[in-house]
Amino acid sequence: MRPSRVPLIVTWSVIAFFYIPIAILVANSFNSSRFGGSWESTSLKWYIRLMDEPSIWHALTNTLVIAASATLISMVLGTSAAFALHRFAGSRLQKLHYSIIYTPLVLPEILMGLSMLLFFVALKVQLGLATIAIAHVTFCLSYVAMTVLARLQDFDFSIIEAAQDLGAGWWTTVWKVLLPMLAPGILAGGLLAFTLSIDDFVISFFVAGPGSTTLPIKIYSMIKYGAPPLINALSTILLAITFLCVIASQYLSDRGRRGAA
Amino acid sequence: MKAEARVKLSEWLVTLPSFVWLLVLFLVPTVLVFAITFKPATPYGGIGEGWTLDTLRTLGNPNYPAIVWRTVWLSIAATALCILLATPMGYYMARVSPSRRRLVLLLVILPFWTSFLVRIFAWKVLLHPEGMLKHALVSLGLISPETSLLYNAYAVLLVMVYTELPFAILPIYAASEKFDFRLIEAAKDLGASSFRAFRSVFLPGIRVGLLTAFLMVFIPSLGSYVIPDIVGGPTSEMIGNKIAQRTFVDRNLPHAAGLSALLTVAVLVPMVAITALRRKENPRSALIEEGV
Repeated sequence: MRPSRVPLIVTWSVIAFFYIPIAILVANSFNSSRFGGSWESTSLKWYIRLMDEPSIWHALTNTLVIAASATLISMVLGTSAAFALHRFAGSRLQKLHYSIIYTPLVLPEILMGLSMLLFFVALKVQLGLATIAIAHVTFCLSYVAMTVLARLQDFDFSIIEAAQDLGAGWWTTVWKVLLPMLAPGILAGGLLAFTLSIDDFVISFFVAGPGSTTLPIKIYSMIKYGAPPLINALSTILLAITFLCVIASQYLSDRGRRGAA
Repeated sequence: MKAEARVKLSEWLVTLPSFVWLLVLFLVPTVLVFAITFKPATPYGGIGEGWTLDTLRTLGNPNYPAIVWRTVWLSIAATALCILLATPMGYYMARVSPSRRRLVLLLVILPFWTSFLVRIFAWKVLLHPEGMLKHALVSLGLISPETSLLYNAYAVLLVMVYTELPFAILPIYAASEKFDFRLIEAAKDLGASSFRAFRSVFLPGIRVGLLTAFLMVFIPSLGSYVIPDIVGGPTSEMIGNKIAQRTFVDRNLPHAAGLSALLTVAVLVPMVAITALRRKENPRSALIEEGV
């Protein structure tokens, strides 16, 4: 019997469905017409206009400061969490620990955003870059923990025993053996955290204060009230950056997998 | 005994940082949402003293049942469409050569990593009254020039499927990859048709993946806010839009908290049910393990 062609057709249609809107957006960023209903002429004018928008550069700086700090903190907390979950798997504390790490991954962002806003308002904390960064650590932590945990699954713990048999202390083992071997996983988790932080709109919007506009908040207000062609150009730049990041992270995790095998 | 205590101490040492962080910044705020539902609002957008049932009374607002119903049906429809499309994809990806599989996986992950707002905006451009799709459909005579492709519930559904599909594909693919395809051969040898083998052998075989996909699409769908805000109109608002409106427009935080509390309960029911269903099977998130 001939295998069905349905899966093949569905798969490639879905992939077309994924990329057609993105391709049109990128194409339109080079179109001088406002809505892209017709092609006027190829131009870079939207990119040039983008360069003269100081508010975008300000928002970009905010986004990068938040993403860098949230990534670093969540890498430390997430790695330690993954280690605890793996090393002490099965204990009652770890079951609880796992649920509290897993739940933020599925909960709608708006619930996290509003609950953290209420928390900061109740404590009378001034909203700003710091509150956004704290909120980002809270959801990035879970992603880092899960990524590192997945790498720990195929980690060969006999290497640790070998190090200890050879006289390495606990600290030396962690610092010289465990961390370097887990580095690709931790980096992949960090890259994921960084991307999620840069991209986050909903949670940031809830806990942002005056003057702490991030790039997604800026893009949102441009979509709601501003000039579409400028967003086309900005989106194309962002797409190019993300595609590079994804390819880099794929490369890192592949190396990590092969290194562990 | 002493060694045991040392192990316990080191367990606490590596657990505490993340545990305390999430306890203070995730669990406490979530509980706070329920508490603030019973607080009065101040005229300046703050939280007042004392306790009140005002918010509970306003939840009886006659507009709410329609919004709740719309939120539920849009989420169910989006989840069903995502699973319907993702299942044949998972099957395909599990059966093709490793190099082709890597390519498809990368193509699925890429949009999942690209800016959420950019992806929604791409659809706004495409569906825009002066956009390409509208022009094409009108000139083909398929729609009248007055038809609006944007600002309705179908546009919201379309974009929800678009943004959430990778969350269904990855767990279903992960489960399909572990599926033993010889079982399908066996079913066919015993006289089952391709479709029968697919339905009675393959689908039960990837049950965990289907449940995870359901969880990963349905729950975030219930909390959708940006999609209906950008491509939807006043007749396609969801609970998320109301929460944002109460927070940013009316500046009534207790009211926003009341709606969030409602949404939290709505989200916890399917979450607890699914977790109970798959407890014995695979506790780790397939998405995280296989996807990234």
